[in-house]
Amino acid sequence: MALALAENVVSNSIALDIEGVTHRYDLDGRDLQVLDNVSIVIEPGEFVALLGPSGCGKSTLLRLAAGLETPTTGRVLEDGRPIIAPDPDRILVFQDATLFPWRTVRDNVAIGLEARGLIRELEYRIDEVLKLVKLEGFADVYPHQLSGGMAQRAALARALVNDPKLLLLDEPFGKLDSLTRLRMQNELLELWKSAGFTALLVTHDVEEALLLADRVIVLSDRPASIVAEVRVDRPHPRRRDDAGLVALRRALLEKLGISHDV
Amino acid sequence: MSATIEDTFGGTGRRSLALPVTGLWRNGLLAAGTWLLASAVTYGLPDVITWGATELFAIVTLAGAILFVALSLTVHRLGSVGRTLVHYGPWFIVLGLWLAVWEVLTAKLGWLPKPFFSPPQGLLHVYVTDWERLLICVAYTGRLWGLGFFSGILVGFAGGVALGWSKRFAYWGMPLLKLIGPVPASAWIPCTFFLFPTTFHASIFLVALASGIPVAILTAAGVGQVNRSFYDVARTLGASNRFLIFKVAIPASLPNVFVGVFMGLYYSFAVLVVAEMLGAKFGLGWYLQFNTAYSAYANVYAALIIMALICAGLVRLLFVVRDRLLGWQKGIL
Repeated sequence: MALALAENVVSNSIALDIEGVTHRYDLDGRDLQVLDNVSIVIEPGEFVALLGPSGCGKSTLLRLAAGLETPTTGRVLEDGRPIIAPDPDRILVFQDATLFPWRTVRDNVAIGLEARGLIRELEYRIDEVLKLVKLEGFADVYPHQLSGGMAQRAALARALVNDPKLLLLDEPFGKLDSLTRLRMQNELLELWKSAGFTALLVTHDVEEALLLADRVIVLSDRPASIVAEVRVDRPHPRRRDDAGLVALRRALLEKLGISHDV
Repeated sequence: MSATIEDTFGGTGRRSLALPVTGLWRNGLLAAGTWLLASAVTYGLPDVITWGATELFAIVTLAGAILFVALSLTVHRLGSVGRTLVHYGPWFIVLGLWLAVWEVLTAKLGWLPKPFFSPPQGLLHVYVTDWERLLICVAYTGRLWGLGFFSGILVGFAGGVALGWSKRFAYWGMPLLKLIGPVPASAWIPCTFFLFPTTFHASIFLVALASGIPVAILTAAGVGQVNRSFYDVARTLGASNRFLIFKVAIPASLPNVFVGVFMGLYYSFAVLVVAEMLGAKFGLGWYLQFNTAYSAYANVYAALIIMALICAGLVRLLFVVRDRLLGWQKGIL
């Protein structure tokens, strides 16, 4: 099923280098620093989670990696080249599905191909991807008729149809109910394994980070800087009650400033 | 209990199927009654002042009454048309009553005197005697309105998108729009005489202005209100500026655009009278002014009714277009 996506696993991912990035916003004349000298090196095909308190600047990091903004100082590089503009190789998935309400699920998924003029050659991929995220029966439905989980799946399909080499996930399951979230986490993991893209996940859910990522990076409160970095060496599928993970969870919560008894 | 609920929602059709007299439309019979009353009053009582077409009006209302009797027996076999008729049953009853009261107050008692008021047969008389001229006026007004309205909403829409999209455009355009917006159409007449080669062009301009400004303002607001994340999503998916405008900004702001078009439709009708002041030889607006000048108020009312019906018809048509284009909103609103 995922063969078409997994054909060239090697070239399907990129390395992301974040080099000494500091970023400020100008809010009505007030200077707001959100990132403070952040450096992260991500290998091709790696799954990295950014963990930190809400509003600490994690999302800004993703916007920089997507090319929606350029850093005030420092550099963001993909395979050694600076990122200066958005590119369908690096796709951002938001906490809200942000599906276009006037387009059916199929037409939403088609946007990337349409925008790049590839819709004729690659239209068949829409059905493939919809099948991949288990929405094949909902292709002609409008977004407001979908549940939260289905909408987020459609958003994933809209990203995956473009064969992204870097998938940037901004708390993608943050608004889903806990059961749907568990299911979607597993599905994301499957997609990552089969498609082979590099994944950078922003979350404030410690368990989610530990279950999914190869590496968890803990950021401080605003302006965000790196507090800790933890490698998670457990094979997938991971169990929530794995002793190693429980210990890591405790350590990470401590880094986030939350005491032992939680 | 359920019968009362059905009554409230005009569901007499369904209920009456269960009654011994199958398929009798009660409201239809009542409407026939009130229309017959109007007919009897018109024919039976003497007119205070003579108006033409008194007999004709009695015949028309009698025909209406007979039609309602026929419908009250057959309405359930007419499908969706029948359901619509049943829905408006109470209106037909009240309409008959209103015709009777109107008739009594004007022609029969003279409490509402000539020339300020006209009985229904006065209007009928206008339609019967002056229909040729009215038709020509409708055609002339239709041409003026069509050219003005469609050019107006097109320019208004394009301008609104530009204002909502481009900061530079908004910097220069918004203050101008805010200044021009509230100026009444008649205030433009001196300029338009100078600027346009013919008075017809000037009239088109006035109608276009009246319909274009609300479209421009609401389109600009709509484009400005589009969720920023939609643009971010589209940009990361490889969208060009052109794609962002035509495939994101415009569809997202279309609900607003339609509000503007509805407003523009009403304004364009309001301005028709002014626009046809400019040396027009025919047209409903001209007809209104001409007959007002001669105190021929029956003709004025007759033309007003035609205008109101055309406007209502166009609004209805616009709803159909909107529902087709904005079908995706079903279930959201």
